[in-house]
Amino acid sequence: MFGILGDLDDSLFADFRRMQEQMDELFGPDRPPSGIRSAARGSFPPINVGSTPERVDVYLFAAGLDPDKLDVSIQQNLLTIAGERRLPREEDANYFRQERFDGEFRRVLSLPDDVDPGRVDAAYRDGVLHISIHRREAARPRRIAIK
Amino acid sequence: MTGKPGMTKQESRGLKQRRDAEHSIRPAVDIFENQAGIVLRADMPGVAREHLNMRVDHDTLSIEGEISISMPEGMEPIHADVRATHYRRSFLLSRELDSGRIDASLKDGVLTVRIPKLAEHQPRKIEIRTA
Repeated sequence: MFGILGDLDDSLFADFRRMQEQMDELFGPDRPPSGIRSAARGSFPPINVGSTPERVDVYLFAAGLDPDKLDVSIQQNLLTIAGERRLPREEDANYFRQERFDGEFRRVLSLPDDVDPGRVDAAYRDGVLHISIHRREAARPRRIAIK
Repeated sequence: MTGKPGMTKQESRGLKQRRDAEHSIRPAVDIFENQAGIVLRADMPGVAREHLNMRVDHDTLSIEGEISISMPEGMEPIHADVRATHYRRSFLLSRELDSGRIDASLKDGVLTVRIPKLAEHQPRKIEIRTA
């Protein structure tokens, strides 16, 4: 399927590929230094953070969560995300593999200093929690008119 | 992402596959067996239904998915645990499983695959008569 997909030059796929390339570029093998509060690799859930002049975007890759059990809070520039994922164990079943995370988690992220804790949006879709934190107006680069 | 001019399709496809193998994420799975068959659950956050691909080739079940998340234009990375956009993992099925009746569903990034056993392999209760 993938080979066939690669041969198509449909604009939809072109857009999608561009997005993928953008992500590969952003989060590719050249690793940015890790933060002091960052968890070890392999911790649940994996997190990506990106920034633009207008806002900071945080992505939590946490499939199968109940959004009601998520607790997202921000104090100054510290974003805390706590939640739990309980996997019900099937009765009368013989388990061969249990790799998926089961339990509580808590991650703390230190965001840039100019974020505005009053302007945060969060949405959960396809197993990804996306939190957008706007930056303060004053901190954005402004064009200065020369008289 | 199409191959260089002069390259045959076969070659460009091979290169693409190699690139994917290097950059793909192995999704975490739970696998268990009950009386009806095997159930597999895989974490594939960021994958929408239209970007999920499952295939059975002979006795191999392959699962692939592409992460598609909305990102603002010109975003710069600050931190990245996830460094690929592609999930891939495959499993060898055994003969008593009915690969023609595999059922799959995707919800909130969790893929659930149910592979039933062939009818003749379903456990049957054996009546014991008293003499």
